[in-house]
Amino acid sequence: MSRLFISRNPRVAARSLGGEMMIMSGRDSTLYTLNRTATILWQAADGSTPLKTIVEQRICSEYAVEPGEALQDAEALARELASHEILDISEDPISPAGAAR
Amino acid sequence: MYRAPQATALARAFYGEPRSRFRTGGASGFTWPVATAVSCGTFEITGFTLSQLLAEVERLSLTIEIGGIPVRVHTSDADFLALIERRYSGFTSEKTEAAIEFDIELTSSAFADPEADVRVTQLAGRWTMTRGDFRAEWEPAVRRGTIRQSANPYSIDAVLRIVHTLVLAREGGLLLHSASAIRNGKAFLFAGVSGAGKTTISRLAPRDATLLTDEISYVRRSGDGYTAFGTPFTGELAKLGENVSAPVHTLFLLAQGPENRMDEVDSAEAARLLLGNVLFFAEDEALVQATFHAAFEFVSRVPVKRLTFVPDSRVWELIG
Repeated sequence: MSRLFISRNPRVAARSLGGEMMIMSGRDSTLYTLNRTATILWQAADGSTPLKTIVEQRICSEYAVEPGEALQDAEALARELASHEILDISEDPISPAGAAR
Repeated sequence: MYRAPQATALARAFYGEPRSRFRTGGASGFTWPVATAVSCGTFEITGFTLSQLLAEVERLSLTIEIGGIPVRVHTSDADFLALIERRYSGFTSEKTEAAIEFDIELTSSAFADPEADVRVTQLAGRWTMTRGDFRAEWEPAVRRGTIRQSANPYSIDAVLRIVHTLVLAREGGLLLHSASAIRNGKAFLFAGVSGAGKTTISRLAPRDATLLTDEISYVRRSGDGYTAFGTPFTGELAKLGENVSAPVHTLFLLAQGPENRMDEVDSAEAARLLLGNVLFFAEDEALVQATFHAAFEFVSRVPVKRLTFVPDSRVWELIG
């Protein structure tokens, strides 16, 4: 499993309301709603904390889930959101300047 | 309980009107202009009528004021001016100073792709709006633009809607796919997809209610709240709204059902459903973000309720 960093794309609009995270792509106006675990990943996506660490510290500490399974799920989501330009992903830390490209 | 992280895409959030309306529903009494050829000595000019040529030097103007924003259009075609004057009856203004001015260039030649969807893009401060039946440009910094279209009322109508969405996006307002009406000094909005009951609820409005629109509501920020304005944008009712305004009291999300009832809607659902009823066309990240946040601001300040109703005027007893 690769070492992955995730960063929120600053070009999307996001709001949390009533415990629900909603994100809109500025590219095509698609609206996404994130479930609770996806919201945790989104909020922790600072570009400098490895996804593996986020999963261990924020997901596995709160939910009864195997770290391997949780990381696999998190990577799948990260890649999906990256394909929609919602998240930036990289095998290296992502600087704020890089995220704001 | 752990659930795998999941993002649910809710398709394109904003409501658009990608197809050229004039192809699917013509207004009564309107006929398409026919291209004519004019021979004048050795010159032959195809695509213009003689009256158009003679009127070339004369510039005719009309101010159309919707939502308190005057838009002045200029044309050299008296027949077309009369056409849009009738179309926007009740929404014309004597003002000569306008927030936006458009020169309309009429053409009877067919556009390259009559099936093309609407596109709204911005480059270096100049907006370009195209659809199969028109091409318009607008430069907000100089408040001027041009519209190239044939002599029909639907193309300019689409351009005006688009321009108003751009103006409203900058100031936190919204154009909503909803009916709206004023009663007892309060404006009520009724949002829903086609078939949800916008026209029905408009038809059922009591005599003391003033219809603002049965199709597209115009909402501007006003102090801590919002004001709804009448619009000439009509739906099935084909009746122009009254050109008046009032503070927005409630947004109702319409559903037809076996009984009249009103239910609370949680704020997240309200925002999500509202976003699906916002008219927005521009491919512009900054304005997409502004409109997204405007929808959240709206639901934080205006009560949103689900209104289930049977097609019976008693529903208005629930509304207010």
